[in-house]
Amino acid sequence: MNTQTMNDIAAHQSAIVDGPLKMSARNVNVYYGAKQAIRDVSIDVTMANVTAFIGPSGCGKSTFLRTLNRMNDTVASARVEGEITLDGEDIYGSSMDVVQLRARVGMVFQKPNPFPKSIYENVAYGPRIHGLAAGKADMDQIVEQSLKRAGLWEEVKDRLVESGTALSGGQQQRLCIARAIAVDPEVILMDEPCSALDPIATAKIEELIHELRGRYAIVIVTHNMQQAARVSQRTAFFHLGHLVEYGDTSDIFTNPRETRTKDYITGRYG
Amino acid sequence: MATGHTVKAFDEDLGQLRALVSEMGGRAEAAITGAIEALVNRDLESAAKIVTGDVKIDQLETEIEKQVVRLIALRAPMADDLREVLAALKIAGVVERMGDYAKNIAKRVTTLQDTRGLEAMSVLPTMGSIVTEMVRNVLDAFVTRDAGAAVAVAARDRAVDDFYNSIFRTLLTYMMENPHNITASTHLLFIAKNLERIGDHATNVAEMVYFAATGNQMEERTRGEDPLAGDE
Repeated sequence: MNTQTMNDIAAHQSAIVDGPLKMSARNVNVYYGAKQAIRDVSIDVTMANVTAFIGPSGCGKSTFLRTLNRMNDTVASARVEGEITLDGEDIYGSSMDVVQLRARVGMVFQKPNPFPKSIYENVAYGPRIHGLAAGKADMDQIVEQSLKRAGLWEEVKDRLVESGTALSGGQQQRLCIARAIAVDPEVILMDEPCSALDPIATAKIEELIHELRGRYAIVIVTHNMQQAARVSQRTAFFHLGHLVEYGDTSDIFTNPRETRTKDYITGRYG
Repeated sequence: MATGHTVKAFDEDLGQLRALVSEMGGRAEAAITGAIEALVNRDLESAAKIVTGDVKIDQLETEIEKQVVRLIALRAPMADDLREVLAALKIAGVVERMGDYAKNIAKRVTTLQDTRGLEAMSVLPTMGSIVTEMVRNVLDAFVTRDAGAAVAVAARDRAVDDFYNSIFRTLLTYMMENPHNITASTHLLFIAKNLERIGDHATNVAEMVYFAATGNQMEERTRGEDPLAGDE
């Protein structure tokens, strides 16, 4: 990305007034072995907002999302350069506890992946290992509140002992969101959370994202541009590992400044 | 224009929309030219055809509306595509008005058929040809997404206003000189006013085309002080 574009983006970002800064990436490069997947990406994620990452397959949007809670640590060949901070603290710093980090920066994956345990245990698992509940009553409270916030409580309150894997796909995904919420995170990363769901289940997740946004900073990777347009306040377009454009979602979808963004969102890419 | 969409049917839909707008514009343009010609030649038959032909322009507006609704529902256009589709919808409404003005001019041919020797009559064709050229150019600019051509059209509106002001003064003089001229002069004044309105509408279309092409508003036209143009 040339300096001019960087300056434009910086100028544009400063024009958007929204929640306080939560996460900040500066000049991030990610490599898988010799292959560079992310090229010099700088971006800010703010509270009370949904930030959508869009771009064609292989553009690096999922890779970048996974750097935000160090999920790439599990990939042996992955190497991350640059600085990523959470509330100003370097998440790749030596003093950062990765388990703690992933509690603060939760994640929801493409395919619903509940544990093969009861609905209750799926939600209680995180709070338990992080020691967030003082006792049974406390845990019950956390489970109920998490399931309520995930919009699932009414559907499962009478069958909490049933296996989480017995739920429908959409319910499983909301269970995974409840599980992420249960450890009281500050940021929720969602990697294609609706791609395995039907339109009704998708709409429920989108409604949920809308309800959750006041409480968390949410970052969502999506292939569905309409979804990005529907749920996010800010959109970042990635292409070939570069952050091409980042701005207000309404601007990106009505009047993008970069030709590559325009070609992608209007369906001219490739 | 950028490269085509991955989904070719989307390009075909957009192409169809552009073709409809072009056809509608072409018909409005022909109606304006034809109305002025009928006036100059006192050709009642041609004038009557223009009046009935306006129905087709109205139908095209409906067709464009349908095509726009269909495109939005089925293709979910974004960015410049979205702006173009919305511009097409607005332009169709404006061109329909242009057709009405042409029809209105044609209707006055009957009343004016015995009029002789009014100087304004000789100026109207020139004014009419500038206006029709504006209409043609602005619709071409829409089809080719040419913001520069749109600006050029908007710049010509001033000349049309000048024509109108000049005709206004001339006809006023005629009416003061001889009250027998009042009926014909008033009709001619309305015709000139209709042409002036068409020019204004073409300029509005130019602004829509500019926005569709660039995503930015065209800079406000600098309007001259025209105390005679009054009712803007």
